[in-house]
Amino acid sequence: MTAELGGFLLALSLVMAFVQGGLGLAAGWRRDEGLAAAAAGVAQSNAIVLLAAFAILVSLFLRTDYSVAVVAANSHVAKPLLYKIAGTWGNHEGSMLLWCLVSATFAALLASFPGGMGRTLWSRAVGVQGVVTGVAIAYTLFLSSPFARLDPAPLTGKDLNPLLQDPALAIHPPMLYLGYVGLSVPFSLAIAALVEGKIDSAWARALRPWTLVAWVTLTIGITIGSYWAYYELGWGGWWFWDPVENASFMPWLAAAALLHSAIVTERRGSLASWTILLAIMGFGLALLGTFLVRSGVLTSVHAFAVDPKRGYAILAMLAFFVGGGFALYAWRAPRLSEPSGFLLVSRESALVANNVGFAVATGTVLIGTLYPLMLEAVTGRLISVGPPFFNITFGPLMALLFIALPIAPFLAWRRGDMKEAWRWLQWSAYAAAGMAVVTLALLRGPFWSAVGIAVGVWVLVGALLYAWKRAGSFARIAALPLAFWAMTAAHAGAGVFTIGAAVEMSFRKEEAAQMLPGQSVDFVGRRITLADISTVEGPNYTAQRADFRVDGRALTAERRFYSVSGMPTTEVGILGDVTGDLYIALGAPAEGSVGPAAWTVRLYWNPLVHWIFAGAGLMALGGALGLVVLARRSRRRVVAAEEASPA
Amino acid sequence: MRKSSRRLVVIAVAGVLLSVAAGLTLYGLQDSVAYFYAPSDVAAKARVGERVRVGGLVEEGSVARKDGALTFRITNGAGVVAVRYEGDPPSLFGENEGVVAEGVWRGEEVFAAERVLAKHDENYMPREVVEALKERGEWKGPQ
Repeated sequence: MTAELGGFLLALSLVMAFVQGGLGLAAGWRRDEGLAAAAAGVAQSNAIVLLAAFAILVSLFLRTDYSVAVVAANSHVAKPLLYKIAGTWGNHEGSMLLWCLVSATFAALLASFPGGMGRTLWSRAVGVQGVVTGVAIAYTLFLSSPFARLDPAPLTGKDLNPLLQDPALAIHPPMLYLGYVGLSVPFSLAIAALVEGKIDSAWARALRPWTLVAWVTLTIGITIGSYWAYYELGWGGWWFWDPVENASFMPWLAAAALLHSAIVTERRGSLASWTILLAIMGFGLALLGTFLVRSGVLTSVHAFAVDPKRGYAILAMLAFFVGGGFALYAWRAPRLSEPSGFLLVSRESALVANNVGFAVATGTVLIGTLYPLMLEAVTGRLISVGPPFFNITFGPLMALLFIALPIAPFLAWRRGDMKEAWRWLQWSAYAAAGMAVVTLALLRGPFWSAVGIAVGVWVLVGALLYAWKRAGSFARIAALPLAFWAMTAAHAGAGVFTIGAAVEMSFRKEEAAQMLPGQSVDFVGRRITLADISTVEGPNYTAQRADFRVDGRALTAERRFYSVSGMPTTEVGILGDVTGDLYIALGAPAEGSVGPAAWTVRLYWNPLVHWIFAGAGLMALGGALGLVVLARRSRRRVVAAEEASPA
Repeated sequence: MRKSSRRLVVIAVAGVLLSVAAGLTLYGLQDSVAYFYAPSDVAAKARVGERVRVGGLVEEGSVARKDGALTFRITNGAGVVAVRYEGDPPSLFGENEGVVAEGVWRGEEVFAAERVLAKHDENYMPREVVEALKERGEWKGPQ
């Protein structure tokens, strides 16, 4: 009966979501406080209903109820507890239910924290968020219900793809969904503002924390996914420009642009219609990402759905929200308030450069991702666009953007002083030029690596110089406001990431060796000995484990075989520190050889690879600090407003 | 700065960036697009110097490892391509399994692959392998 109860709750939440949508929009139209309160109440209750439905699905996975189709297809009694729970969202149907839950939760939060928004704007935003949630629930209920039964129930399940049985992968999807769906709130606020026909700094202020939540969770989700690919796939790489990676990266870029343009709109009133447009495009890219990943147009680890009906339905959702958003924009945006002026050299200009850079870079990723699909649709030819395309297009554009990055904080609003900025930034320029010379002359690196490293140093040192300028002395650095640290952490993170990525891509080493137990090889100045190969039993797999000695230190690498799904995986051995990772993957024993089989061992040296993840982590930390700042400001404003108005 | 001239500057900056991006895009697409061919078509249809992906099944008994290089043949039933790859293939690479070899087509007897992709597991495999299996009538999944 439990699965049927889940289905019932899902149907109930569908009705509630559209009721919330109708009430919210009507409340904005009629300026009716009672309707607005009702919409907020429905939004809050709906989050609870969906939470209950999700809890039911988790319990079905925990009990491994094979009579439920999605459990039978993705779970097995022998699976460890963590992956029974994570299995709930490690499949198409369950992940769509998670999507609905997140969307409803954001609606409830929006309903509970109106911030400094006008009442009608707020109730309209709650209404639009209700429609967004309702459409997602309709899709889940009618085209991919996780509560569908199997009759007769199979005796055994198919297990979760072993590649996905990893702690990182238990967190990665929920984080990405928080980010994807998080972008629906800026979308709802943008649509509400267009309906309202007015944009002011209170609107932009309300937009910022939601955008920041989406951006931070996307950053964490993408970083975890990248780290997972790094240690789980055994290819030594951390980013492959796979369409599925791009699908999550494009909304991230749009959110990063939106974060910055919303600041300009809040502080200066400028870029208002651009901010609206970005909010619509950000959610559009999140939906496009969902379409690419879920529709099966790309076949990869992520493609759960092979049902074309689902693909068309998601495409229709995309067309409805983005097409509707753009149409509303074209109709209403010309009436929005006009910006105040600023000079060419000003913080506004620098942030405009930031936005143009992000938008164009997003465009190139979009072209590279969609080009194969479009060409196939038009000509029927199958092609693939490789990583070099993205490196050639995205790399230089980001480099241009990052050259502008550290300058912005040094420029004042409206009218900046470039001479004053250069007085500080020259040191960062010297450091960057010095590192470029070192890269080219001493390390004999390729030209692009020198550019990448120089840009990274320029960003990092620039961020630190700004801290120094603001503080004036060492003693006062600790007294700088949190808002400042938020920005500095994020910008310094971008620098650390860039240095790591440039070094890793240019100076990585890779070698394959045939080894027998007892043999040694020399690799990047280290002596690596294969001490022993043994067979070990895991909870739901059998593994061949290789024990290595690297200059006296131990390292193990495994090849696992999951008996239920009949699938092998690679568990790499990593010996790492701040300078880089020694990364060893155990391959197959060489076939057809006489005598004892030599094992293929792949050795990688990935210099500064931790800087990549640490840089991304610093960006996320900066975003999280920014959230704390915005939350504090909002509370202060509410308190001030309450004190100002007679009770 | 007046509104009209400011707009001009923004348009100029955006224009420059967009043309840089467009140039890079065209240049990038020239060099990093790989065209997919079946083993029976590649010799006749691929241009020399073109980046290609050849997809099909690994022919039984064709896999050999020598001096750190892997050699095998890809077949789709109608034609065969011999491949040489300097490196270690993915863990699911094997005889009678789906495979995609990517590299620059030189029109030589043995295709020098720069990358070898195999299917990820029983359910998920590269697009091209699915297409190759469908052509050969060995595809059992959804159409």
